[in-house]
Amino acid sequence: MPADRGADLAADRAHPGRVARFFEAWPPLTLIALAWIALMVIAAFGADLLAPYSFTGLDLRARLSPPVFMGGTWAHPLGSDELGRDVLSRLIMSIRLSLLIAFFGTLIAAALGTAVGFVAAHFRGKVEAVILMLIDFQASVPFLIVALAVLAFFGNNLVLFVLLMGLNSWERYARIARGLTLAANEQGYAAAVRQLGATNVRVYGLHVLPNIASTLIVSMTITFPETILLESGLSFLGLGIQPPLTSLGNMVGYGREYLTRAPWIMLSPAAVIVLTTLSISIVGDWLRDRLDPTLR
Amino acid sequence: MTALLEVSDLSRAYEVRRGSWPFGKMATLHAVDGVSFELQAGRTLGLVGESGCGKTTTAKLVLGLVPVTGGEVRIDGESLPAAGTQPWRALRRRMQMVYQDPLGALDRRLSVGRQVMEPLAIHGLGGRLAEHREKAMAMMDAVGLAAHHFDRFPHELSGGQRQRIVLARALILDPQLLVCDEPISALDVSIQAQVVNLLLALQQRLGLAYLFISHDLRMIRQVSHEVAVMYLGRIVEQGDPDRLFAAPAHPYTQALVSAIPTHARQKRRRTVLPGEPPNPVDRPAGCAFHPRCRHAVARCRVETPQLRVLADGRRAACHLVEQIVASAA
Repeated sequence: MPADRGADLAADRAHPGRVARFFEAWPPLTLIALAWIALMVIAAFGADLLAPYSFTGLDLRARLSPPVFMGGTWAHPLGSDELGRDVLSRLIMSIRLSLLIAFFGTLIAAALGTAVGFVAAHFRGKVEAVILMLIDFQASVPFLIVALAVLAFFGNNLVLFVLLMGLNSWERYARIARGLTLAANEQGYAAAVRQLGATNVRVYGLHVLPNIASTLIVSMTITFPETILLESGLSFLGLGIQPPLTSLGNMVGYGREYLTRAPWIMLSPAAVIVLTTLSISIVGDWLRDRLDPTLR
Repeated sequence: MTALLEVSDLSRAYEVRRGSWPFGKMATLHAVDGVSFELQAGRTLGLVGESGCGKTTTAKLVLGLVPVTGGEVRIDGESLPAAGTQPWRALRRRMQMVYQDPLGALDRRLSVGRQVMEPLAIHGLGGRLAEHREKAMAMMDAVGLAAHHFDRFPHELSGGQRQRIVLARALILDPQLLVCDEPISALDVSIQAQVVNLLLALQQRLGLAYLFISHDLRMIRQVSHEVAVMYLGRIVEQGDPDRLFAAPAHPYTQALVSAIPTHARQKRRRTVLPGEPPNPVDRPAGCAFHPRCRHAVARCRVETPQLRVLADGRRAACHLVEQIVASAA
């Protein structure tokens, strides 16, 4: 009965089914990205349980053995490196370390930047001028060079390295926080709440921060991959994570020497970097729409 | 009896740089200059004038949101404390503000009900949350909002409803003075009347005093017990609205009143002022209005006229006001 079917189709278009509505709220690409991020988080937390070998364990009889999909055996699913260390085990440990650095780095940058932005917008005048100068300084000097200088001077340890990653891109949060706070203080809701007699803690904590949070969170999803890439870059240059510790960038750096003979050493960490940064960007894009109550 | 609000010789000046940075000389902009008025409890003072004449600055000075550079604001005879201090915060319970742009004044992320309840939390009033909720519901009902609006968000409501929320939030503290800064100019004409009627009804019921700022002369005439006309930071005429609008004394007021649109068919003499209002940085010497005034004489260029009480109790700041009134009659 074609007429009936036509009516059904029209009804379908007018009232999308449960599946269609689900995929509108959770687009497939976002779901894949979220799944990948979940996988990374599981790998990071369960690294000790998931890694089949110790990440420093040598297997000299199985040096440079190819991964399964390149004709290798299941003994080393992602192959092994020049010392016979299992690439999968090293990858899992690298994910843990890189995610840790990126997560805390981003958190420090966001907290520092937002606080500095609030201070600038609240006090105005000279304080603001100094902070704006610092922001411009930070934005104009390539951070990689600053990081190189700091690491060269102070030597390298994990805590310093994480703090350094936190200094990267704080100026972006500071700018966002300052700009949005100024707008709110001048005309808008923050001025109105202050006029009601609210304290600064209430104005900034309960009104301004929740209002600018969506912008900040989206900004964090941009900084997060950047921090991973910065860490990778520094480790690749030999200034980041030092052996025997391993990170994604560090693996890519060491794998470079075997690029022609054993590309798999570099391939899997590089793929993880690309997929993770991409996933976080996709999720950030999706979050921006989800967090705005006016779009709901 | 001391007035609820007493403003004497209020001034606010800003240092601005003339010309392009950093070569310009510093100059002083007198946003508000020597404004004085009184407002009794339960009364309305209308403040009119064209944009940039210092109406909003006056409102902010009265509330203590902007520090004064001269003069004094007294509430019940007591001087206004500095903004942000504890006494200033406590004073918020007695004086509140209604904004021109209600959507901007509301937090887009909080439900309407929570925003109406917020002043109670800020001032630590009324104990438990359920009591706050009850009070907020009652207040929302008083400003003409339904119970189902409680959990809505500001962007889901209409302009008139948003302005009612702003009103409810201001009134929940039971203030004596409400400063309304162009409360209706962002609303549709049909909604304007509703909000104005609501304001009048609330004044009747709660005994509120309004400092009502607008550029809508007819609205001002409808709501005010007294009207003050501002030009370039100074009050040029002040008095009973009916008399002031029926027979304006100051040449500037005459021009303003003649610009009110009427539906009457009769031909009316319309006074069209030459030129633009001057830049407040380059305030003309003497009477600030003299370059645009058709009555101006040599004295107006030199001597600044003070507000003087006229025969009918009204006050005007013009050297020639007696002649002008006599010639108009």
